[in-house]
Amino acid sequence: MAVSKDKIRNFSIIAHIDHGKSTLADRLLEKTKSVALRDMTAQLLDKMDLERERGITIKAHAVKLNYVANDGEEYVLNLIDTPGHVDFNYEVSRSLAACEGAVLIIDASQGVEAQTLANTYLALDHDLELVPVINKIDLPSADPDRVAAEVEDVIGLDCSEAPRVSAKTGLNVEQVLEKIVKDIPAPVADDNLPLRALIFDSVYDSYKGVIVYVRIKEGKIKPGDTMRMMATGAEFTVVETGYMRATLPEPCSELTAGEVGYITASIKTVADARVGDTVTTAENPASEPLPGYRKVNPMVYCGVYPADGADYENLRDALEKLQLNDAALTYEPETSGALGFGFRCGFLGLLHLEIIQERLEREYDLDLVTTIPSVIYKINLTDGTMIEIDNPTHYPDPATIASCEEPFTNAHIYAPTEYVGTIMDLCQDRRGVFKNMDYITPDRVDIHYELPLNEIIYDFFDSLKSRTRGYASFDYEISDYRKSNLVKLDVLLNGDIVDALSFIIHAEKAYSKARKIAEKLKEHIPRQMFEIPIQIGIGGKIIARETVKAMRKDVLAKCYGGDITRKKKLLEKQKEGKKRMRHFGTVEVPQEAFMAVLKLDDND
Amino acid sequence: MTMTNPIGLYLHIPFCNGKCPYCDFYSVSPQSGTVDRYVDALCREIDRAGGVYDTVYFGGGTPSLIGSENIAKILSHINRTPCCEVTLECNPSDTGGVNSTFDFSVIAKSGVNRISMGLQSADDAERKILGRRSGCDDVKRAIERAKKAGIENISLDLMLGIPFQTAENLEKSVEFCKSSGASHVSAYILKIEEGTPFYKIKNTLTLPDEDATCDLYLSAVSLLEKAGFYQYEISNFSKKGFESRHNLKYWRCEEYLGIGAAAHSFKDGKRFYYERSIDGFISGKPPVDDGFGGDEEEYIMLALRLCEGLNFERFKERFGHPLPEKTIRNAKELEKHGLVTVDSNGISLTVNGFLVSNSVISHII
Repeated sequence: MAVSKDKIRNFSIIAHIDHGKSTLADRLLEKTKSVALRDMTAQLLDKMDLERERGITIKAHAVKLNYVANDGEEYVLNLIDTPGHVDFNYEVSRSLAACEGAVLIIDASQGVEAQTLANTYLALDHDLELVPVINKIDLPSADPDRVAAEVEDVIGLDCSEAPRVSAKTGLNVEQVLEKIVKDIPAPVADDNLPLRALIFDSVYDSYKGVIVYVRIKEGKIKPGDTMRMMATGAEFTVVETGYMRATLPEPCSELTAGEVGYITASIKTVADARVGDTVTTAENPASEPLPGYRKVNPMVYCGVYPADGADYENLRDALEKLQLNDAALTYEPETSGALGFGFRCGFLGLLHLEIIQERLEREYDLDLVTTIPSVIYKINLTDGTMIEIDNPTHYPDPATIASCEEPFTNAHIYAPTEYVGTIMDLCQDRRGVFKNMDYITPDRVDIHYELPLNEIIYDFFDSLKSRTRGYASFDYEISDYRKSNLVKLDVLLNGDIVDALSFIIHAEKAYSKARKIAEKLKEHIPRQMFEIPIQIGIGGKIIARETVKAMRKDVLAKCYGGDITRKKKLLEKQKEGKKRMRHFGTVEVPQEAFMAVLKLDDND
Repeated sequence: MTMTNPIGLYLHIPFCNGKCPYCDFYSVSPQSGTVDRYVDALCREIDRAGGVYDTVYFGGGTPSLIGSENIAKILSHINRTPCCEVTLECNPSDTGGVNSTFDFSVIAKSGVNRISMGLQSADDAERKILGRRSGCDDVKRAIERAKKAGIENISLDLMLGIPFQTAENLEKSVEFCKSSGASHVSAYILKIEEGTPFYKIKNTLTLPDEDATCDLYLSAVSLLEKAGFYQYEISNFSKKGFESRHNLKYWRCEEYLGIGAAAHSFKDGKRFYYERSIDGFISGKPPVDDGFGGDEEEYIMLALRLCEGLNFERFKERFGHPLPEKTIRNAKELEKHGLVTVDSNGISLTVNGFLVSNSVISHII
C-alpha cells in the first residue's frame, strides 16, 4: 500500500572518494533494520567485487528504508547511492535528479576535497536540500570544528547542526536519519498526471531482462501497462513493479508519484532503458519528457586485443555481455597488423576503461593487450571538411590537414599548499593553462587549470598522487575543443609501421616521447639474426632512432649422432618461443615490448 | 639371406685417464677387468647386430686407451666393405708420448685408416687451461708414428673461444695443423656444458666475449681455407676428398648403428640409445627408445649444417615431394641479410649464417 506522500524522503549520499559514503549507507541500513545483522557485509550496496576492492561505487544503487522517527511517525526513506567518480558524472546527475535532498559527507580530518565541491555544485544545480554530515570523528586526526568552518567558508553551508558521526562505529548515525526526515522536503507529486518516471539506472538480469530503476515524478505505473521510453521510443509491457529492499526486491501492485522503485518488462538490453530517459505509458503519454536527458558519449578510446588471437570470440562475447549492463561502453571490430583482430572500445573516461579492462580480465579470464588511449580529435581538412578521429590509424595525410583541434577540460586540483609547486610543474608539463588559485583554508588550495584531455587520460592521476603522496584530489569536466599543434607519431621496425603503437601527440612533446619509445623498444626487443632499426617518425620524417644489434652467436658447434634428438628439441623450443612473439615481416617482438611502450610514464 | 645396405657403425669407448674440464662425453677411469669385459660386450653386441658397415668410428672417452690389441679384436668382429673408413680417436700422450707402447702398425693392419686427435691448441698455455696433459710434441710424434704405420688420414680438433685465446694463437694452431700433415680439422666453439668442471667455475673463466668468439670463428674459417682445409660443415674442414664419411652420415640423415654405453643409433627410422652405464651395457641391458627420426624437419635441420646445404633434388627423392614453398620463402627472407644463399640447386647457409644457425634454421623450417 502506498504511503502518504509527505512521509517519503528521496535522497542521495554524496562525498569525495573515501570519505565514507558506502559505510554510512551500511549504517543507515542497519539502523533502520533493513538488513539482519548477520547478512551485513561491509559496503552492502557495492555489489561488484571490484567496487568493494577499489572502494568506489561504480553503479548507482537504490534501496528503500522504513524509519520510525522521533516524532513517532513512520517514514519511507529512498536512498539512491551514486557512482563516485567523475567518469560517471552524468549518471550521478541523474541520480541526484531523482532526489529532493542529499547527505553531503565530509571527512573530519581531510575536509573539503575536489569531488566534495563538484558533487555539491551538482546537487545545488538540482535544487537539492543539502544535509552536511561530518564523518570519521573517531579518527585521532579528526578536527570536526576546523572542517565545519571549512565547509561554511568554502561551500557556504551552515554546519552548526551538522551531525558529527562515525559511520564506522555507528556513533550518532541516528542524528543523520532525523536530519533527513526533518530537513529534506517530501516530494511534490501528482498521481493523476500522465506518467513521467526518470530512469536513474538500469541493470541487466539474466532472468528478468533489464531492471529499470526509476523515480516516479508524476502519474503511476503498474504491471500490464505499456511503458514507453520517450527518448528511444521503445515500448514494452510492464511485467513487474516493485521496491528495492536491501537484500531482495519487493514486488508491489503499482508505483505512484514520488516513489522510487523498479520496473521489469522483458527488456533485452540496457541500451533500451538509458539512464536519464523518461518513462511514460503508451495509454496516456506525457507530452514532454523530463529535462536533462542526453546520450552519454565515450570520451576515451583504445584498441582492446586478446593476447592470444584464439580468444577473439571470447572477447567479443564478453564485451557483448558487459554492454548489456553498460550503455556507455561502445565497441567495434578493428584489425591491427601488429595485434591481429580486436576491438576499438569507447569509454567515459580512464577509470571506466580500467574497470572494463579489469572486469574482462577477471570475470572473463581474458589476457588483453590494450593500445594507448586516445581522445576524439577534430581534424579540419584543407578542402573545408572536418573529420573526427578516435584512432590514430585514421589520421589523414598531414598534407591534407589545415588544422587540428583537441578537447580541453576545466580541472580543479585540491591539495595542501606545500604541493603547489610540484602540482604546477606537472600541469605545466601537461600543457595546462593556469587559470587561478584559491585558498580554501590557509593551508589548502584549489588550483584551477585548463588541461588538454589527452594529457589527463594517460597516467595524470597516478603522477599527481605520487607527487603529492596521495594528498591531492582531482576533478575535471570537458569544456571545449581548441586548435592545437598535433602530430601523429609512427613507430617503424625494420622500416615497417607498427600500427598498434601509433599515437597522436602535441608537436612539442613528440621528440622526447619518440626518444623514450625508441629506447624502451631497444631494451625489450631481443637481438635477432640481423640488425633491426627502430625508427620513430612523423609523416616521413624520422625523429628518433635506435638499433637492436644483430645477434652474433647462436650455434650448436657439435652435432653428431648423440646430439640430434637434443638439437631437435632445442629447435622445437625455439619455434614454440616464436609463437609467443608478434611478427612483423621477419622481425619478432615479444609482448612485453608492447606493454613497456604502452605503459611508458613520466618516470621512464 | 637378404642383402643389407652398408651403414655407419659408432663404437663408444667410455674410458679416460682423466676428465678434460670442458668435456661432457660419457667416460670413467678404466678399472682392471672392466675394460676386458666391456670389449667382450662390444663384440657380443656387434655379433648380435650383424650387418655390413662402410664406416666405423671409435669414439670416446679415449678409444686408444684400450690398447691396439683390443681395437684389432673388435674390428675382427665387424663385417666391413672393402673401402670402409675406420676412424680411431687417439689421445696424444697415450699414442705419441716418448715412452708410449701403443702400436699403430697393429691397428693399421686390423683396418684403422683414420686417426682423430684433440690438438685443441698449438699453444701449450692454452692447452694447459683446457686440462690437456700433453704438449704439442706428443701430437706431432703420434702423427709421425701413425703415418709411418701407413695411416695417412689424420684429423685434429681445434678449440675456439678458449680463455685468453687470441687471433695470433689461433694462427699458430692452424699453422700446426698444416705443417703436421693433417688432412682434416674440426674447429669447435667452446661451449660450457652443464655438469663439466668448467661449468662449476664458469664465472671465474675469462672467456672471450660473444663478438670476440665470433671473430675467432670467422678467422678460423679463413685461416683454415688458406691452409688448404675447406669448410664442409659448421665446425668441420678438410683437404679435398678427406671429409669424414662417417660424420657426413649424421648430417645427411643416413642410418648408423651405435654400440656401447651412451651410444646413439638411427636405424629403420627409429632413434635409440644405450644408457650411460658401463655395467648396464656389459650386462646386456637393451637400448632405450628415443622416438622416430629422419622426418623432413630433421632432415632440413641437419642438411643446413653442411656447406652443400639442402639440395632440392635430394629432398624430393627422399620424401617424394618437393621442398615446401614456404620453406624456400622463409629462406629467401634471410638471403638479403647475408645469412643464407638460395639458388636453383638448394638452400645453404653462409659463414655468418652458421654463427646464428639455430635461429636461421628455426626460421626456415
